[in-house]
Amino acid sequence: MMVWLETNYNYLLVIILLMTGLWAMIGKNNLIKKCIGMCIFQNAIIMFFISMGAKGGSTIPILKHVAGAHGHGPESYITDPALYANPLTQILMLTAIVVGVATLGMALTLVQKIYQEYGTCEEDEILDRMNESGVSQG
Amino acid sequence: MKVLAFILTVIAGILLLSVLDDLPAWGDAQSPANSYVAAYYLENAMEQTHVPNVVTAVLADYRSFDTMFETGVVFVVVIGIMAILRRGSDSTVDRKTKRPPHAPPDAFILGVATRFIVPFMQMFALYVIAHGHHSPGGGFQGGVILGASVILLAMTGELKSALGKMTEKWFIILSALGFLIFAGVGLVCMFYGGNFLDYSALAPLLGGDPHTAAIMARYHAMLWVEIGVAFTVMSAMFAIFAYLSSDGWMDRGL
Repeated sequence: MMVWLETNYNYLLVIILLMTGLWAMIGKNNLIKKCIGMCIFQNAIIMFFISMGAKGGSTIPILKHVAGAHGHGPESYITDPALYANPLTQILMLTAIVVGVATLGMALTLVQKIYQEYGTCEEDEILDRMNESGVSQG
Repeated sequence: MKVLAFILTVIAGILLLSVLDDLPAWGDAQSPANSYVAAYYLENAMEQTHVPNVVTAVLADYRSFDTMFETGVVFVVVIGIMAILRRGSDSTVDRKTKRPPHAPPDAFILGVATRFIVPFMQMFALYVIAHGHHSPGGGFQGGVILGASVILLAMTGELKSALGKMTEKWFIILSALGFLIFAGVGLVCMFYGGNFLDYSALAPLLGGDPHTAAIMARYHAMLWVEIGVAFTVMSAMFAIFAYLSSDGWMDRGL
């Protein structure tokens, strides 16, 4: 068990975060808390990808100069893949972070519009008010 | 409802835990994710594009189609937030009662410090964008820093003073322009006979030895693409803040 924890603890943390986010998204009543849950879920996935791309003893995926070389050509850079972390997972998550911020902004915008209409962010109160005003729940 | 949600969450957690054994160990250099295409990028990016920052090379060149539509998502979010929240000047329904006039913030030190720090932030953002080929950085990161500098102005002073420097019209135009630059670079590649976003087709623009020119065309086109991304991301960050904090009125912030 301890050996397994030493090699796979990153996945354990990711799963805890995923469960937190999922629970907040489906269990919470407040729309803002649902947005926070979505954000936690996204960050768990980002951490999952980044930890998949990690390599023991590697550095950031920016090529290093060969010792003593100062040129800009390919020959003056070390291109051994074992030295660098996985660039692919990093770029996938780089775009995912920005798109995550954008979708969070969109979600908060919708929540704000709902608040303008109904004066509350609580889901059950919104449903009550929709029933009062005769709007079908859909 | 809460009990059901809790049970569902626990079931999902148990399902995830049950596949843990099949996942590669932490930091395993031989795992499938680290073996095939990632190793190809690390070995060949320098030779094919002359960009030492492999993240930038993959982002703006190898996977540029993906990045273009990520930029498109950010642009669509700006348009969506504007469509949902914006209230035009014609819909001023008893606005005075709803939103009392804003007293200018009485924070002299904060204002001076902000005015001092913002030019440096923007200069650093431009460095991050332009030097993204050789150091950590690129269009997304630099764009976020640029957006943060404008948001800082809006937060410490008034939203109006920031909107005086970065008007609503301009951030809409800039967000569209960024996406247009990205797609435009791709289209220019097509006019030169290559595929969409195949930057090496731009080699005739640079001249000289065709092989070197093709590599340098990829190098320089990446900078254009990053600039486009930075425009869109910067205006998206500020647009999200401005519309959300002013509730769509665009007159005063938090």
